[in-house]
Formats: sequence, C-alpha cells, structure tokens
Amino acid sequence: MAEPAQESESHGAEDHGHGHDDHHQESWFIHYCWSTDHKMIAMQYMFTGMAMAIIGGFMAYVFRMQLAFPGIEVPGFGQVSPTEYNSLVTNHGAIMIFWVAMPVLIAAFGNYLIPLMLGCDDMVFPRLNRLSYQIFLISAIVLLGSFFVEGGAFGGAWTAYPPLSSKAEYNMTPLGAPLWVIAVGLEFVAFLLGGINFVTTAMNSRAPGMKMFDIPIVIWMIVIASILFMASVGPLIAGAIMLVFDQTAGTGFFDPDKGGDPVLWQHLFWFFGHPEVYVVLLPAVGIVAEIITVFSRKKLFGYKTVIFTALATGLLSFFVWAHHQFISGIDPRMANVFTVTTVLISVPIAEMMFVYIATLYGGSIRLTTPMLWALSFIFAFIIGGVTGIFLGASGSDIYFHDTYFVLAHFHYTFYPIAILSVFAGVTYWYPKMFGTMLNETLGKIHFWLTFIPYNCIFIPLFMLGLGGQHRRIWSYENFPELARPEYYALREFATISLVIMLLAQFIFIFNFFWSLKSGKKAGANPWKACTLEWTTDQTPPGHGNWKELPTCYRGPYEFSVPGREKDYWPQNEPEPEPEPSAS
Amino acid sequence: MQRPIATTRSATGIPTGRLAVWWVIASEIVIFGGLLASYLMHRLGHPEFGNYAAYTNTYIGAFNTFVLLTSSLSAVLAHNAAEAKDGVKAAKYLLGTCFGGLVFACVKAYEWNYEISQGFTLTTNAFWSFYYTAAGLHACHVIGGCIIMLILYPDVKKGKELQRVELIGNYWHFVDIVWIFLFPLLYIAK
Ligand code: HEM
Ligand SMILES: [Cu+2]
Repeated sequence: MAEPAQESESHGAEDHGHGHDDHHQESWFIHYCWSTDHKMIAMQYMFTGMAMAIIGGFMAYVFRMQLAFPGIEVPGFGQVSPTEYNSLVTNHGAIMIFWVAMPVLIAAFGNYLIPLMLGCDDMVFPRLNRLSYQIFLISAIVLLGSFFVEGGAFGGAWTAYPPLSSKAEYNMTPLGAPLWVIAVGLEFVAFLLGGINFVTTAMNSRAPGMKMFDIPIVIWMIVIASILFMASVGPLIAGAIMLVFDQTAGTGFFDPDKGGDPVLWQHLFWFFGHPEVYVVLLPAVGIVAEIITVFSRKKLFGYKTVIFTALATGLLSFFVWAHHQFISGIDPRMANVFTVTTVLISVPIAEMMFVYIATLYGGSIRLTTPMLWALSFIFAFIIGGVTGIFLGASGSDIYFHDTYFVLAHFHYTFYPIAILSVFAGVTYWYPKMFGTMLNETLGKIHFWLTFIPYNCIFIPLFMLGLGGQHRRIWSYENFPELARPEYYALREFATISLVIMLLAQFIFIFNFFWSLKSGKKAGANPWKACTLEWTTDQTPPGHGNWKELPTCYRGPYEFSVPGREKDYWPQNEPEPEPEPSAS
Repeated sequence: MQRPIATTRSATGIPTGRLAVWWVIASEIVIFGGLLASYLMHRLGHPEFGNYAAYTNTYIGAFNTFVLLTSSLSAVLAHNAAEAKDGVKAAKYLLGTCFGGLVFACVKAYEWNYEISQGFTLTTNAFWSFYYTAAGLHACHVIGGCIIMLILYPDVKKGKELQRVELIGNYWHFVDIVWIFLFPLLYIAK
C-alpha cells in the first residue's frame, strides 16, 4: 500500500509540470493503471471481474469433477484432497459474488454508464473512484494470495460460520482464514467508497433538464443497490472485525466458552447476506430493462412501477434474513415471522417480472444476442424466485436446508445475475465501449452453448437435492444411499454439462478480441436507443465524453411514439418547434 | 487533475461534498450500530457483564465525554468562522478541536494502560472484548479525524476550501455522538 501513495505524489508533481491537456503523452502506466477517467476505471473493474470469473469457473470445474468422479486426477489440477475441496467451494462462492457479480454489475457498469447516461463528463470524485478500484484489486490479490500461504486457503464455506471459521484447530487454515476475512473486508470498503460516487453523481450531476424520473432504470437500480449495500454491510464489517479478533487475538465474541455467541455471526452475516442478493439483483434487472425496451421498440411498461418495486424489495430485504437460519435453533415463532416476510418479498419481485413480460407483449421483438441473454435472464430468474418460496416456508425448508436444492435455487438466481445479465450488458454496450460490433452468429452460438448446458447443470442438482444430497461434501462414497448409480449418473451429467459450458466461453473470448479488430464499425447508435450514452460525439467516447455536454428533454424510453417518423426519440433531441398554424 | 464539470453541478441543490460526508457518516452509523447491537444482545443475555463494567472508571469516562463535547463546540465555532469567510480563525478553532481529540486519546491511553495492568485485557471475557473493540474502533475515528483536520489546516488558513470545515465538523459531531452512546453502555450501566 505504501507504493501507490508514493506514486500519487509523483503523479501530482507531474500534473503541475506538464499542464492538463497532454493526456496523449501520458505514459502507458498512467493511462491504463492510474487513470481517473470513469471509463478506464470501468474497464479495470470489468477485466478484473472477468479474470476472477475465469478463476472461479476453473474452481467449479475442479470440484465438480471430484463430485462426479471421486478420486480422479482432475486434468489441470490433480487429485482433490478434502481440504482443497473445501477451499475451492468456499472461494468459488466468495469470488463469484464479491469479485465477479459486484465489480462487474455495480462497479463496471456503474462507472461506465452513470456519467454517460446522465450526460456528464466524469464521476464527481474521480480520485476516490481510482482509490476504490485499487482497494478492490488489493482485496483480490489478498484472496488469491491466501491459496499460497501455509495451510492453504480458507475452507469454511462462503458464509464463514464460527466456530469453524474462528478456530484454527477446526478449519486448519491458521493464515488462510483471517486473510479471507480481511480480503472480504477490503472489498466492502472498496464498494463503500465506490458507492459515494455512484450516489452523489446520480443525485447531483445529471444533465440539465433531466428530472428524477428521466433517469434510465439501470442507473436507478445501481443507486438503490449501492444504498442497500451501504445500509446492510455495516454490521458485517463490525462482525468481520470481531471474527478476525477471534481468529488472531484469541477473543471470544463467537465462543460460548468465553461468553460469546456463534449464532450472532449468522445474524450479522445474513442481515447483510440477504440484502446483498438484491444488491446484485437490482443492477441486473436494470440492465435487462434497458435491453428489452430497446429490442421490443416499446416504452417500458411501468417505469415507475419498476422503481417502486425495487425500493419495496430493498426495504423488505432487511426483514427476511433469518430464513437462512430456520434450523440454527431460532425460536419457531420467529421462523413464522420470517416465513411471512419471505413470501412477501416475492411479491414486488414477481411484479417486476410481470412488468418486463408486459413490455415484451405486443412489441416488435428483435432477437439480437443481447436480447437473447436478457430473455434468458427472465426465464431463469423466475425459476430461481419460485424455488425460493419453497425454501422460505420454514416447514419445507427444514428438509431442503443445506441440500443441493438450495444450491440449485441460488444458481437459478445468481447465475442469471452474474452471468446472463452480464453477458446481456456486455454484448449490448460493447459497441459503445469499443466502437465495433460483436459478431452476431458467434454471439448466438455462444449464447445457446451457455444457456442449454447451464440448465443441464442445475436441473439435475434440484433432483439430487430433493433426493437428500447434502451440500459441502467432498465425496459421497461414504454415504451408501447417496452413492447409488442413479445419483452418480445425475452428477456426471451435470459435470459434463459444466465442462461444455466452460469450453463455450472460449467462443466469447475469441469473439470479444476478434471483433475488436475485425468487427464492423458500430457508429454512435447501432441499436437505435434513446438514452444519452448513444449520443457521444465519438464512439468509443473520448476524454470528457462530449465536446458539449448534452441537455435532456424527455424520458429514456420514448420508442414508437405515434406521429413521429423515427421509432425512437433520443433524450437529447430538442422538442420540435410548435407549428404556428396549430393555434 | 482537472476537476470534471460533473463536480460543479448540483441537481439536488445540496453540495456534493456534503452528500458524500453524509454517506460516510451513514455507513459508519451502521458499522457502529451493528457492533453496539451485538453488544446489547450480549449484555441483555449476560447480567454478569454489569460486574465487569464496575471495573471501568466512570470519572475518566465522564472527563473524556466533556473533552469531546468541548472539541465539538470548537468545531461549531470553526464552522461559524468559515461561514464568515474568516479562514485564519476557522483554522485556529480546527486546531482547538484537534487538541481535544489529542487529549481524549491520551486519557484513553492512560486509562487502558491502567486497566491492562489490572489484568483486564482484550481476551479476558466477552465484556472486555467488546469494551476494547468498540472503544478502540471509536478511538481510531478520533485519531483519523485529527489527522484529516491537520491536513485541511494549511488550506483553510489561507482561506481556501472553507466548505471543508463544515464537512469535517459534521464528521466530528458524529464521532462525538458515538461516544455519547458508548459511555453509558460501557461505563455507566453496571
Ligand atoms: C435475488 C435473487 C436471489 C438470490 C441471488 C438468492 C441467493 C440465495 C443464496 C446464495 C442462498 C443460499 C445461501 C447459503 O446457504 O449458502 C439462498 C437461500 C435461500 N433463498 Fe434465495 N436468492 C434469491 C431470491 C430468493 C427469493 C425471491 C426467495 C424467496 C421468496 C429466496 C429464498 C431463499 C431461502 C428461504 C433460502 C434459504 C434456504 C436454506 O438455506 O435452507 N431467495 N438464496
Ligand atoms: Cu435470503
């Protein structure tokens, strides 16, 4: 950490020396690693997130191979020991949520889109923005570094329940466990700092004329998500401090022997953990909203409804956390209350899905690659939401808890969020980000080769879960009733589907880099959308985004307005002069 | 680095800096809120915490409360001076606030030193763990606030960036209020 501080000084000195306008001469390092430009920071978040997704995906491959073919030498990894298995599943989950979904959905899209969609030249605190990325990067390095310390990386599940997480004699990772908590804590700090920018920029720096309800949905969602994150993460930060003390200083916050309470951690974790799922969900549904209106050529059905349902969901999400603890020995009367709130929270979410379906209804739908991803999001997320209701009912959850049914449930929610909507967003904004179009044919092949295998992975896991297969078990060989050939057939099917899905990602990587060079030029507004990011003078937008910052005249989704020649009406197009004869 | 035009806009009419500081304070409130709620839950379930709390020194705690309140007053006066565009005076009051923070930290150091010498350490039991963690986290905020004030001092003295006096003042009041919660919870309730 000392090094960046020094560099910041020398950079400051340089700034004074050369003046401001020569950013063409800035060194490679300043341009790519020390930039305060929101677009560059967005790219840093996006590429770090994607790199982490590859690492997390590789972990999934390794432990799925072990589950389907116990004891096998996994190609590219070797034999998987129980300890390794535990650290792989733990860090797979943590990486996908904290180092993939959060940075890509909130930080990358937030940084890229907020200034562009609001018509301003940058975030309001650019240096803070850079700092937040740097802290994020350090957190990722600490996490990955923990694989190489003595004892290996933490393996006590992404929920890190004590006493397993707090006592080295149980988790056997004396260094890995505190490093894991520290990495997660740093990541939280990075997003708290990032949130300052997202919220203040959206509140204060909108283009002249842009009213609150002219802001595109995705920006609303990122802002609400940032607020939700800020309001829920505090207790867990306090909890993380206590946990690190328990691990390293020998305190007993979570140790009943010393007057502490292990269930306290569960409350702190899930008080954050459940809002957190909506923190990542909201930006994802925001991205999907942008895409389905553009490719239905229809105004979003119920713009305000979406915003109010998001607010309602956000509020309710603070009152459902104990549905994760139905069998942690909480009072059954409490369990009833949390069952009710959990069922309640599915109402606004379902309403949001209905809004999207109503937007599609009667539209002139264009099945481009981003649209396919967006539609698949809705399809998959509905399955995830519906299975959540079974888990929310305490009666059935007593049986489902900690089985693969839960695992399949949250992969029907998180996967659409972290993967399907991210691909939707990346393929949709790629032309603006890089100036060329992605290849549609490759894009569609990639889509189907991701989406079909994805379902083939997780539908069998629902079945295994209903069959009683418990989570977080290295090998089922010792459980005769779970080691039957039918069960192995399902496991193998899921694992082979996973391998196919992972291989299909090379198509995307190829398409991504090939299109950078050889894709056809995108032009400013290839999708004929109305929002401001499509009106920049250059594509990709240059330093400062516009020569003259735009003014906003109307809402973001004025598609197919009757009486107009074009079927879209950009937000920055002035009202036509009223006809004098009309009066 | 040039300031982006975005910085100069204010669609809500609230200065962006003030929004940012409120954001920081809100996120700190939930952090301390989580810690104190955890403590309270333990406290309610463990009546014996009262016996351990009896070993804390209420007089020292009260004295520190007085010190912090005075330093907050100085922050208010600094703000007034900044409103009147009197940078020199504002800077002087900022130093006063800083001095209060310093006294607080020194008293704290003495107090902890004594308690540790009596055998009450971070690991003695859950009460002392909470005691040192909560007060320690708070003390870090006091020291952090002092450092920020010293960083602001030269500019303020020259009459530049006077709006920052209000912002650090808001933060300081927050730090003060946290102590107002900690003091009765850790010292008085026996
Ligand atoms: C926003 C999308 C959602 C995401 C990302 C999500 C994510 C998750 C995750 C990660 C878990 C497992 C935690 C663990 O034990 O490791 C989980 C469990 C659960 N989810 Fe969801 N969920 C979502 C939506 C819902 C909805 C809409 C409901 C109910 C209406 C719901 C109800 C539950 C319940 C009750 C559990 C606990 C099951 C158990 O552990 O026995 N979820 N969810
Ligand atoms: Cu939940």
